[in-house]
Amino acid sequence: MPNESRIDQLREDAWTKGVVTGRGTDVASSPIPRRSGYYGQPVVRPPVWTWEIPVYLFVGGLGGMSGVIAFGALLFHHFDVVRTAMWVAAIASVISPVLLILDLGRPRLFLNMLRVFKPQSAMSMGAWILAAFGMCVVPGLIALEFHTFYVFAGAVDQILGVAAGILMFGSAIFGMLLATYTGVLIGATAIPAWFLHHRLLPIHFGTAGLGSAAALLELLGHRIAPLNAIGLFAAAVETILLIWLSLDRHGAADRAIHQHRSGWLIRIGEVLTGPGPLVLRLFGVIPLAAISFLLGALVSRFGWIAVGKISGRDPESVFASQR
Amino acid sequence: MIGEGTHSTNQRRNTYVRDNVEVGFFTDPTVCIGCKACEVACKEWNHVPDDGFVWSGNSYDNTGHLGASTWRHVMFVEQDRQKGGQIVGSHSLGNMNGEDPFRWIFLSDVCKHCEEAGCLEACPTGAIVRTEVGSVLVQNDVCNGCGYCVVSCPFGVIDRRPQPLPDAGGAFKCTFCYDRQKSGLPPACAKVCPTESIVFGRLDDLRARATQRVHQLRGHGYADAQLYDPTETSVRGTHAFFLILGEPEAYGLPPKPQIPTVHLKAAWIAAFATAIGAIVATLCAFAFV
Repeated sequence: MPNESRIDQLREDAWTKGVVTGRGTDVASSPIPRRSGYYGQPVVRPPVWTWEIPVYLFVGGLGGMSGVIAFGALLFHHFDVVRTAMWVAAIASVISPVLLILDLGRPRLFLNMLRVFKPQSAMSMGAWILAAFGMCVVPGLIALEFHTFYVFAGAVDQILGVAAGILMFGSAIFGMLLATYTGVLIGATAIPAWFLHHRLLPIHFGTAGLGSAAALLELLGHRIAPLNAIGLFAAAVETILLIWLSLDRHGAADRAIHQHRSGWLIRIGEVLTGPGPLVLRLFGVIPLAAISFLLGALVSRFGWIAVGKISGRDPESVFASQR
Repeated sequence: MIGEGTHSTNQRRNTYVRDNVEVGFFTDPTVCIGCKACEVACKEWNHVPDDGFVWSGNSYDNTGHLGASTWRHVMFVEQDRQKGGQIVGSHSLGNMNGEDPFRWIFLSDVCKHCEEAGCLEACPTGAIVRTEVGSVLVQNDVCNGCGYCVVSCPFGVIDRRPQPLPDAGGAFKCTFCYDRQKSGLPPACAKVCPTESIVFGRLDDLRARATQRVHQLRGHGYADAQLYDPTETSVRGTHAFFLILGEPEAYGLPPKPQIPTVHLKAAWIAAFATAIGAIVATLCAFAFV
């Protein structure tokens, strides 16, 4: 309200109630409550990222861990699972960079991401991991499909088979890093509610990725015991993380995790990935457990980005994290 | 420097860039008059677009905070405390008898140009570099606007410029007038500062001068005068440091800022452990179930 009617309103409030609340009213020696810090202004900047980033965290985690499952299935001869998992991983490896490029302030300069190799920047490492993952998964899938359908005969087919194996080993290695580096990415920042949980975040994102990959493969028709076991494992770890997060509190410094809209997103995500699917799987309701886990993993990613936005705007959380 | 007129380091030409001399800003609120000439000079020289025309009602500060289009920001801090040897009377709101101290402090905030800069370490494109004079510079033509520096700055200085402003999408902050410095000119804000509240010069000279100024002020009754230059934390000191009265929190400055890379090691260990755990769990599931 950039005009004088606000001043009249303030005078009216002060006269009638003896106290004034709201924006633009912080004056020393007045009957007006003081805000913490400098007029309640944020100390660090909240993330500028929009919906693309939480969706990427979900898709990248799911795709990366699909690469891991594909490799495990290959070693133990579940060839139908291998093909589906590689398709999932390949589709995710195409969607992920698109989402990241959409979020850039200047999308046409996206290739600058590969201009330097910088171990001290989790964003740089992530760009390289994603690039390497894509370069293993997509050719790996093509080789696998050619090999499966005997498109080429003889020696070429044998070479394709070996190439598919090597590339799938690469997809497993870069896939497991793709699913976990995102926790480092937001854990090593100046946002209090994020950096206070820099150990939990990679574990949570990696586990959520693994569980989502198993859940999606089950929903795509692979109702086999190993995938159910992976789903059970992921749900059990998520349940432990739920307990960890509820015990490891830092008061005002990470209150965005436990309060506000962001707190609800985190809680809903925790229940849908942890105890929910754990119980459902123990009772054998696998499709419902899978849907619950996938939903929870997505909600939780939106929750963590929302936590960053609220925590970054809150000067008290920054001061509390440094006292 | 004060009283040196046109011979002050704020005014005369220099060869710092050519000689690779570390330079800095020392900002002293006790001589600031809150004229905002630094904000205006910065905007004019660097063609920084407007940052909104909002009436904040927060004292005389309608600028708010540093950001993509605010590279100098004059703070107007109001405190119920005595300023130096100020004579306090009984005349203000709510307190008709006894002493009622009040002080109004102006401090021109700017990018701190950290010794260990969070934004520089985080930048995945190499757009953010350190210059010959020790300042931290964003190369606007390289930045692709990923936004990672925004959450990596412990002081909340750098930000991504939103549409529809000119050059939108990139990350922006104080350039320490690198273009002017390359030509031997002092930064625009220091050049125009009428009271030399902003002092530009060699970093070692400024550190000595700042220490001396704190002693002088304490001697004059400013008991809570102190330097804000976090040398004890992982930031390892700043090239733009401040003299402040009272606690840093009142100026929106973090009391113990840390560069985010201090969390990297533990976070990567957790990530690798999770990655290996995931692959072992998957292999076990296929082998034994």
